[in-house]
Amino acid sequence: MVDIFYPLQWIADKLTYEVFKIAPDTHLAASVNFIIYDVLKIFILLAIMIFVVSYIRTYVTPEKTRKVLGGRTGLQYHLLASMLGVVTPFCSCSSVPLFIGFVESGIPLGVTFSFLITSPLVNEAAVAALWATIGLKVTLIYIVSGIVLGVFGGYVVGLLKMEKYVADFVYKIKVGDQNIEQESLKIKERAAIAFDNVKEIVGKVWIYVIIGVTLGGIFHGYAPEGILAQYAGKDNLLAVPIAVVMGVPLYSNVMGMIPIVESLIGKGLPVGTALAFLMAVTALSLPEMIILKKVLKKELIGAFVLIVTVSIIFTGYLFNILL
Amino acid sequence: MKIEILGTGCPKCKKTKEIIEKVLKQTGVEAEVIKVEDVEKILNYGVMVTPAVAIDGEVKVAGKVPDEKDIRKWVTQ
Repeated sequence: MVDIFYPLQWIADKLTYEVFKIAPDTHLAASVNFIIYDVLKIFILLAIMIFVVSYIRTYVTPEKTRKVLGGRTGLQYHLLASMLGVVTPFCSCSSVPLFIGFVESGIPLGVTFSFLITSPLVNEAAVAALWATIGLKVTLIYIVSGIVLGVFGGYVVGLLKMEKYVADFVYKIKVGDQNIEQESLKIKERAAIAFDNVKEIVGKVWIYVIIGVTLGGIFHGYAPEGILAQYAGKDNLLAVPIAVVMGVPLYSNVMGMIPIVESLIGKGLPVGTALAFLMAVTALSLPEMIILKKVLKKELIGAFVLIVTVSIIFTGYLFNILL
Repeated sequence: MKIEILGTGCPKCKKTKEIIEKVLKQTGVEAEVIKVEDVEKILNYGVMVTPAVAIDGEVKVAGKVPDEKDIRKWVTQ
């Protein structure tokens, strides 16, 4: 297959060896080359992915999602909720109104959780950064695992019948029916919205990308090969759970974590362990839990964290065996 | 005119308020600007993604910070 990113490698080589005049086959050259190539690739894929997802998003609003999923039960609706979670916007300050809006329209708690689990897990920025650094195959595995995790996690929450652990006031709120004129948007306006999103998200994450790539680049250039295989390899069964526990507090820097993880894989970290770590970073965030505390009692939050943690650890082991 | 900014208090909601106040100052339009942080009131408007702006009870935008051009159109109509 022709490497469509070959021009970026060419630019990285040109800059490293000719413009900066760094001798090839040195640690410094390896680091600098890695940094230039990764930064270019991540930013290009970020812009494309965010644009595409934001464009689709102008058609799939939470209001419509509510109508589609209201009052439906069954595994297929868990799947639909998870898939909608991939494309619908979900920033932590919207999680409470979204949650109440969903529950109020009669979407079963389990289906709502399928959405809540997948939505932060598979977001366009993380997908773009993963694709840029680790490659398309692992990215697709990540997306599919994210959806499966959402379906499974939500299904278990549904089975456990945890409706009584939702704060009582949630059921009393009446959601009004205001239709924001979104239907009549022209292609140009949708593109403008998507472009604004690209600017906004890139404007927010670029610094983490640069920091992450730089740290990853230093590690890539200077750390000895196989160092991680020695300590966190497939035969160390504790590596996956440790990676998951370490991932939870790192939420805000997920864009910086991805390039670091790339170089960790290069030095022998098994892909399953790396995926489990990244899933923990994105799916289980402390700030998110604190916000959800407003609408969920601690039993339900505990069950949510436990179900997601166990399934992420399982996914990690699974891909360590398969890949 | 009553302008309500619906949002639980994230940075984007603050930004929305700033832009609206700026446009009001520029255009000289008199309006009452209220910040609505109560989730129940926000949901009464059918809004699930914040920030959102309602003018005289009608939701104009939800889920993003509106740009100055749009706000100018809404307040001068």
